[in-house]
Amino acid sequence: MKISGHAVVIGSDVDTDMIIAGRYLRTTDKKIWVEHAFEDYDSTIAERLRGSVIIAGNNIGCGSSREQAAAALKEAGVLAVVAPSFARIFFRNCVNLGLYVFECDITGCKDGDIVTFDPDMSYVETGGKIYEAKELSEKMKDILKAGGLAGYLGEKR
Amino acid sequence: METLSERILEGPAGSYVDRAVDRAFAHDGTGIQALVALRGFKKQNLAAPEKVSIIYDHIAPANNTTTANLQHDLRDFSISKGFSFHDVGCGICHQIMSEGECLPGEIVVGADSHSCTMGALGAFATGVGATDMAGIWATGETWFRVPETINVHLSGDFSGFAEPKDAALMYIKKLGMDGGTYMALEFTGEGAEAMPVSGRLTLSNMAVETGAKAGLFYSDKKTAEYLAEYGKKADIQTPSDCSYERTVNIDLSNLEPLLAVPNRVDNAVPVTDYSGTKLDQVFLGTCTNGRYDDLLRFSAIVKGKKVKVRTVVVPASRSVLSKALKNGILSDIIEAGCTVCPPGCGPCLGAHMGVLGEGEVGLSTANRNFKNRMGVGAEYYLCSPQTAAASAVTGEITSPEELL
Repeated sequence: MKISGHAVVIGSDVDTDMIIAGRYLRTTDKKIWVEHAFEDYDSTIAERLRGSVIIAGNNIGCGSSREQAAAALKEAGVLAVVAPSFARIFFRNCVNLGLYVFECDITGCKDGDIVTFDPDMSYVETGGKIYEAKELSEKMKDILKAGGLAGYLGEKR
Repeated sequence: METLSERILEGPAGSYVDRAVDRAFAHDGTGIQALVALRGFKKQNLAAPEKVSIIYDHIAPANNTTTANLQHDLRDFSISKGFSFHDVGCGICHQIMSEGECLPGEIVVGADSHSCTMGALGAFATGVGATDMAGIWATGETWFRVPETINVHLSGDFSGFAEPKDAALMYIKKLGMDGGTYMALEFTGEGAEAMPVSGRLTLSNMAVETGAKAGLFYSDKKTAEYLAEYGKKADIQTPSDCSYERTVNIDLSNLEPLLAVPNRVDNAVPVTDYSGTKLDQVFLGTCTNGRYDDLLRFSAIVKGKKVKVRTVVVPASRSVLSKALKNGILSDIIEAGCTVCPPGCGPCLGAHMGVLGEGEVGLSTANRNFKNRMGVGAEYYLCSPQTAAASAVTGEITSPEELL
């Protein structure tokens, strides 16, 4: 089943401090992370996240390992993150929380463009073009299918 | 032949492997998130609690009721389950782990991006997020993609006031903030062999600033001597011919004191390019540069002088603090007018004990100069302990070579 969302375009090397600042970490209330997502990067982004696909530049999620960055996006209703390269901890965090990730370069995508993907396939579509993403490992696919690591371990153990 | 990562993970670069984790650790910030994640699992039994360490360092001691309550919850859980628990005042998680809690050849996973620090001891050490950590607590294992390796070849010997931090800023400049993504770094060459373990820890610590998964040195006589101080016996690792993705050469003898200019860690320039920039705070500490040798180099410059700017010094661990106290360098630092805080890492991430105000300019021995990280609206530069000391004494950015 295909899923579509509107693009929210961000630049390269957007670190996890930019996704959720350190001053909002000491809580387990996910709503706080949603409210302040991208606050130090572009304060207009938070309100556009529901139903979006984030189209990032290189090295998205670099820096701190804080899972709150991926959790903020998931909780805000982001459908997937697309980037030519991911910082690896952020990548794993997204998969572990059931947030779809596509490692591919969508050039020329603008804010608001419709981006479509099939959760079982490794490509995304936008502007009438198909962009092949790097294939995930079988285990990562299984974790995503289970909605995240909690669901995956629940099935296995 | 294999790279050190391939040897430890027992698989060829590019393959995916499931491996038991020899030592897992988290701190007060990520540990509580891992506990919340664990509570969301269907089964919450723990595979090997004796292999888990919890270290309180990020906001230590707690700064308010919310933090105190989260720490209370994780503390009770950790002690009741038999985790190796290190409460406030013990030090920074990576420093504690490097003080005899992990060994060459082990697979070490920490819920913190700078967990790659322990690569300095010849361990395969890497960072993960909270849910991965909870998964390791529950199953004792995790998956890895065996990384390709970039060789950082260090030749020559440091001259003047250049030191390991300057070498770290230089390799990051050469690789860029994503030049090591998904890969491991291996530090080799006569410069790596001659470097004391304290300096190796600085270089490995910053591997993640290139996007790398790990940053390894081969365990040698120096590693064995270092671990023997903590009562541990270490295996020596012999390098074999192996294929690297690429090699970056750094001649240590050509290095000068460097500064990473806001807001990118790979934006390193000679300190002298910014000489005279007025400072509001100097900070010596963190998992990058809060070790005894760092305090020693810093104190040698500030001794007998007075700092002209507020200067915060945070030893990386209780044993660093004790040694600095015993050897008299702590009094030199205090008498120079510095503020000494308890072991931890609060200021680095703008959490606690040394946050900068809007419009302020800071100089720090930490590893990240990201926008707003150390204080909203502040900017700060990264440097070595000796550059921090020279700048503290003048109140403005100063190369130690200019001071003397």
